Amino acid sequence: MITSDWIHPSLVLIAGTLVVPLLKGRAMQTWMVLLPLAVLGVLWLAQPGEYGQMAFLGMELVTGRVDDLSMVFGWVFSTVLLIGAIYALHVNDQVQHVAAFLYGASALGVVFAGDLITLYVFWELMVITSVWLIWRRGSEVSFNAGFRYLVIHAVGGVVLLAGIIMFQFETGTTRFDQIDADGPAFWLILAAFMINAAVPPLHAWLTDAYPEATVTGAVFMSALTTKTAVYTLIRGYPGTEMLVWLGAFMTLYGVTFAMLSNDIRRLLSYHIVSQVGYMVAGVGLGTALALSGSASHAFTHILYKALLFMGAGAVIHMTGRSKLSELGGLYRYMPWTFVLYLVGGVSISAFPLFSGYVSKTMIVEAAAVDGRALIWLMLAVASAGTFLSTTLKLPYKTWLGEDSGLRPQEAPWNMLLAMSIAAALCFLIGIFPGLLYALLPEPVDFDAYTMSVFLKEMQLLLFTGLAFCLLLKYVGGGPKISLDVDWLYRRGGPRLISATGTAIVTADRAVRRVALGQLMRLTSHMERKHGRDGKLAKSWPIGSMALWTAIVLAMLLTFGVWR
Amino acid sequence: MKLARIIEFLISKRSLLAVIMLVLMAALVLADIILPPAYTRFPWEAISGFAAFFGFVACAALIFFSRFLGEWLLYRDEDYYDDHE
Repeated sequence: MITSDWIHPSLVLIAGTLVVPLLKGRAMQTWMVLLPLAVLGVLWLAQPGEYGQMAFLGMELVTGRVDDLSMVFGWVFSTVLLIGAIYALHVNDQVQHVAAFLYGASALGVVFAGDLITLYVFWELMVITSVWLIWRRGSEVSFNAGFRYLVIHAVGGVVLLAGIIMFQFETGTTRFDQIDADGPAFWLILAAFMINAAVPPLHAWLTDAYPEATVTGAVFMSALTTKTAVYTLIRGYPGTEMLVWLGAFMTLYGVTFAMLSNDIRRLLSYHIVSQVGYMVAGVGLGTALALSGSASHAFTHILYKALLFMGAGAVIHMTGRSKLSELGGLYRYMPWTFVLYLVGGVSISAFPLFSGYVSKTMIVEAAAVDGRALIWLMLAVASAGTFLSTTLKLPYKTWLGEDSGLRPQEAPWNMLLAMSIAAALCFLIGIFPGLLYALLPEPVDFDAYTMSVFLKEMQLLLFTGLAFCLLLKYVGGGPKISLDVDWLYRRGGPRLISATGTAIVTADRAVRRVALGQLMRLTSHMERKHGRDGKLAKSWPIGSMALWTAIVLAMLLTFGVWR
Repeated sequence: MKLARIIEFLISKRSLLAVIMLVLMAALVLADIILPPAYTRFPWEAISGFAAFFGFVACAALIFFSRFLGEWLLYRDEDYYDDHE
């Protein structure tokens, strides 16, 4: 894994993480910042190529494949690790820090894996490290949510492993490039990737678990799991038609359910589903422009989504509240958090000059070039919906709106610093998209800053804003939760089991009752016929005995003789 | 708390800001009418101000559709899952 020109970034992170439990206070904080910086340095030195080959059970593993696509994700993962670590500096819980860094190391391991076996190992490692970021919240709710998260991903892992084994049998290789299999291997691996990309109806693990994670842990989670899945989809399944439609559906599903969410981080989690939908649709379109769009949207999304989660997290950290119905009027007390959150908001909404604009419009443009009218319209509705709930509804109900009476302090300096770095990057990419485009595998033949794109986007967004202002009183909400697919295994499954149990008991009772009734009738019949007073048990008078004997004899004579 | 003061000031001038915003929106639509469409890949790209109309309708539709979905099917009390877990 280490050669003169290649040090695996995951190895650096894992080795560095081993030191974390030994450190305390200022030393640990310094280390937490240095470690992601070291990873960035390692990436800076990395040259394209394949490294760390080893034989395992007769298969050749490539633990380090460096090319443009893996580097795009490597850069942004390391950057968000640095931002997330700064955001978490005040947290005095080494388990969380260790979990976060190992989780980051696993995600990097996935994007640099050149074969499916290595990918699988890091894929599973991602699950068992990230679940601690949920459990360390320490509440019973988060413990249960973490367990559901674990179970779903365990199922996903088994599906992936089965797919990889079949793939090896079918093709004789485990190299990870475009998945070129016909049979179940194709579908199983795709299904496993789709679970991690949170494609409905396989998405509920995300919106169930992320809002229950720790304030700082959710920042890492929002960045890593779904985007490694986007990476694997770009690499393995470009041009898969089904993904165009699933992706466009995801964008709408996310924005619709976000409107029903009262918990601020659940609202933002639904917008992960929605935004990853753009990327999935781009993968499905499969053209060079669309794939560049997906990769760059993953890049910008990680930064602005981390920023949004940090803003929401800061509010939860300072107020202890996470529900829109319990927040409001915080702008006087947390103005910096408000403004920095808004930078994330306008970035995700794809306002010109901010990062989402230069990546999302590329995917939309790719759909237009491909002549996909319906897909284009669906993505446009989702754009309006994204602005509506992340940048209008959530900030309005949290920082403006009705005063909740909460009087929190502004968030600590390290949180504000982390948010400022993310906000600066969102702005930088928005102004100089060339910096991002230069990282992409294919040259980008697209300019977001043309009058046509600008006019369309601004009209769409500002008139969405107008509709929000006019219809504010119709926007739903209040102290409620909304059901989603997780109902099926949280309530539906148990209900089905108990209903099946009840049905079995009822049927069993009915069968027993009928059988017993028959038995009783039989015994009473026997009793009547053969009992003490039964007809067949009576003592008969001699006369009748003689008569019957005569009859029998007469019959014998008649029929016997005749015969 | 200087920043809070600035936000306060902006909020106090919200009707002025709203007017500016409306003028800006009108200018956008006007520009869209004056400038010839860059593309006509889809029929609606030739219609001036379509994006504005579409944004407004999409937003209204999402507000009412999600509300309907919630009231009709999906909203539950917050303790809905509690008694089972």
